[in-house]
Amino acid sequence: MSVAAESAFQILQSAFVVLAAPLLMGWVNMCRAWLQNRSAPSILLPYFTIGKLFHKDAVIAARASPLFRLTPYVLFGCMWLAGGIVPVLAVDLPFAPTADIIALVGVFALARVFSALAAMDIGTSFGGLGARREMLIGFLAEPAMLMTLFTAAFISGSTQLTTIVVSLAHREFAIYPSLAFAAVAFAMVLLAENARIPVDNPTTHLELTMVHEAMILEYSARHLALIEWAAAIKLFAYATIGIALFAPWGIADGGNWAALPVAVGALALKLFLFGAGLALLETLLAKLRLFLVPEFLSGAFLLAVLGMLTHFLVRG
Amino acid sequence: MPDVPLVLLVLAVPLFWIAIGLIGLVLSAIRAFRPRILFPLGAFGAVLLAAVALVALPQPPTELILPLGLPDLPFHIRLDPLAAFFLVLIGSVSSGISIHAAGYFRDETAARCSLICLQYHVFLASMALVVLADDAYLFMVAWETMALSSYFLVTTDHHLPAIRSAGFLYLLIAHLGAIAILLCFGVMSGGHGDYTFEALRGANLSPLWATVAFLLAFFGFGAKAGMLPLHAWLPEAHPAAPSPVSALMSGIMLKTAIYGMVRVVFDLIGGVRWEWGVLMLIVGAATTLFGVLYALMQHDLKRLLAYHSVENIGIILLGLGMAMVFIGFGHPAAGMLGLIAALYHTLNHAVFKGLLFLGAGSILHSTGLRDLNSMGGLIRTMPHVALYFLIGALAISALPPLNGFVSEWLTFQTALQAPILANGVVRSALPLFAATLALAGALTAMCFVKVYGVAFLGQPREPHNAEQSSAASPAQDAGAMERLGMAWLAVGCVLLGLFPTAMLTMLNTVGIALVGQGLSDEALASSWLWLVPMSAAQASYSPVIFLVVIVGVVLVTFLLVRGFYHGRVRVSDPWDCGFPEQTSRMQDTADAFGQPIRHVFGPLYLMRRELPGADDPAPRFFLKIEDRHWYWLYLPVARLAEYVSSRIALLQQGRISTYLVYSFLTLIGLLIFAR
Repeated sequence: MSVAAESAFQILQSAFVVLAAPLLMGWVNMCRAWLQNRSAPSILLPYFTIGKLFHKDAVIAARASPLFRLTPYVLFGCMWLAGGIVPVLAVDLPFAPTADIIALVGVFALARVFSALAAMDIGTSFGGLGARREMLIGFLAEPAMLMTLFTAAFISGSTQLTTIVVSLAHREFAIYPSLAFAAVAFAMVLLAENARIPVDNPTTHLELTMVHEAMILEYSARHLALIEWAAAIKLFAYATIGIALFAPWGIADGGNWAALPVAVGALALKLFLFGAGLALLETLLAKLRLFLVPEFLSGAFLLAVLGMLTHFLVRG
Repeated sequence: MPDVPLVLLVLAVPLFWIAIGLIGLVLSAIRAFRPRILFPLGAFGAVLLAAVALVALPQPPTELILPLGLPDLPFHIRLDPLAAFFLVLIGSVSSGISIHAAGYFRDETAARCSLICLQYHVFLASMALVVLADDAYLFMVAWETMALSSYFLVTTDHHLPAIRSAGFLYLLIAHLGAIAILLCFGVMSGGHGDYTFEALRGANLSPLWATVAFLLAFFGFGAKAGMLPLHAWLPEAHPAAPSPVSALMSGIMLKTAIYGMVRVVFDLIGGVRWEWGVLMLIVGAATTLFGVLYALMQHDLKRLLAYHSVENIGIILLGLGMAMVFIGFGHPAAGMLGLIAALYHTLNHAVFKGLLFLGAGSILHSTGLRDLNSMGGLIRTMPHVALYFLIGALAISALPPLNGFVSEWLTFQTALQAPILANGVVRSALPLFAATLALAGALTAMCFVKVYGVAFLGQPREPHNAEQSSAASPAQDAGAMERLGMAWLAVGCVLLGLFPTAMLTMLNTVGIALVGQGLSDEALASSWLWLVPMSAAQASYSPVIFLVVIVGVVLVTFLLVRGFYHGRVRVSDPWDCGFPEQTSRMQDTADAFGQPIRHVFGPLYLMRRELPGADDPAPRFFLKIEDRHWYWLYLPVARLAEYVSSRIALLQQGRISTYLVYSFLTLIGLLIFAR
């Protein structure tokens, strides 16, 4: 395929991820409301919220440093990059070789460090508390995430997401025990990294439970809109990484327009199921005490390591 | 004939440094000392050294015999790719530190300054000579000169007892290491009495003696590098020394130990065995995790950085260990990757740790503080230092697109070559070592969020500091010289991160000289934009595109948001949660930030805590974290040494007649055994 077609695909995919991400968020919220016997808000609510926030005047604390104002943009940029790298609609995109899975984890870490720094910038007690908890979750989730990805990398002999997807999508259908372990670990990491129940509760503002919200208390208006949007893209990116690793069927080749409708349809179906499943998990589980989170995440890490050892033992 | 002049040029720089030191010593007697001239001159020499070494790197080795040393035992000098790489490191990093030192030492008294100048430049020269030495004799002379000159630099403030004892501990462990290295050379020479490296290389050691030599070298160089459990001197000596000296010791001197390890293991002993690699991996993983976990508990900025040096030495050992495992199993291409990762991390650590120590020095200079718990809000009074320190902090946290990430990424890639190994246990264990590296990387990020957030962001934590900074002389940003030195290293962090392929080609030359096989053709054929360790289908990474995308999105988003909406900002007080009595003391301190770690990893620490009760009239929070190694290793060894010496002291009665009996018995013994 020509470079032009591939580039068009790249632009299309990046725009798609950025624009569709709030929709996934809306879908999860909707499912959750139904499961909790509430009448659901519109699936478009995240768009309205972001739009409303953009129109407001930003309020910034008097002692904020430039870092504080830069951070929302950096978060958005990092997530945009992640959305361009993960094979969402197609493989073989021009951006794909920019970063392999390790660098992808690095992108998320970069975003996390910036948000934690911004939280400490104003000097309120809440910011520091949130930053500290966020970094606690981060240092536990990151190795578990890497181990999960390594399992997939060992199976396909590459850390390049594109190669992983191609080799996993074109194998004969067989259940890999190692991938099953890795999938459970990945799901646990996904919950932790995206501030979902049981690790964090994005809908409360209680000092006892807040992690992510405590960090962004001082943000308002367009800065908050960008942060919320970036969080939506992050959830979308994690969901699509999971899909790419564990259910990669139906994805198109870069520049192959004929395969695009199938790819979009397959992705929509998978995300539909993902959102419903996430909402179900969040309804069934209770929020963990903060100091049970390390046990939760070290469980994820052990599962990921088990998955990797299983791969070496049974070669599958 | 460009070869011989290159060696001579390289050799001229250490001599130039010694001359500068002597000039400094002489000048102080005549008139007020001028650090502003002599230290930049030293930096000029360093730049020259780096440039010449860079030219010499791809060239075949050149040797030189100096008419110095003992009669019949001249000094041998050799400039090969490995030595050239380490000279590039020494030159490029020390130039930034020297420039910074010119500003840092400006207020010292003339007498002190002239001594510092002499020791500083002798220290630099000895490190260059360690790398250049081609016989065990010159190596040991330079090695000991290095230890002594740095000892005197550490004890610059020798009137303080704490600093004297830190210096003593440093000297003690340095000499334990030196003895082991000396014995290692002895074992390698195999009784031939020829101590040139050429002869050591040719010696044919039995596997047993080779292992003994490896263990001695590992112990000896590990003591200098700060490997677990011989790290104890690092967190004592680094805070004691003046900051540019800490930067030199942590950035460069530890790297001479890595140089020694690479030289002895890969070059002199030869025939690398995978069991050695496994030992190095285990020690490296322990060193990495231990270093970062203790760093998280520190609230003294320089002690914290010292523990991070322990951690980074562990990461380098992980890379070296993987290289040895792969080479030992007969996969030199994968081993090369590990060696390159380790060497790259060696350089990267020198650059960012140098930068961070210089930043700590500037903070100390301007605020008089080393305790994080009383800092805060420095980004407003020291914006330049804040920017450079941020770059260093992001680099050490292994965040893309800076340099720390590249070398850790290469280490991960090496670990992912594990499936080619024949031994099942080692094959499945290798990724676990990668897991410890991942854990350490994330913990480092936490630690530097703590450092940066507590020191530079927020508000000043101690009220008297706030008053100070609002008074007539606020805490100032660093001077021009200090800033220049930091900027030089910060640019290094960025460039080494953005253009790793150039480094990869350089390190490939070093690796070919040592291992005999280079990277794959595809890896070397890739353009400057792409970093490809094995093949593009396996892994690739492009830091430039990475940065361009993020910066591009930031700019476009910023302009779009500005254009479509508005840039209106209302400035107000932060939200007080309905509790208006907020003070700066309510922010997280460094100790508070580490609390989750103390909770999760509690058993690792020796912790003494005093928590105030609810109705305590004078609440006091007290926390002391100690290194367990003191209690289970160092103090028992110290007690054993005291016991043994007290027994041996019984021999010494102080009476001539007793000593005559000793002589008599010795003579009898000799007569029996020497026949």
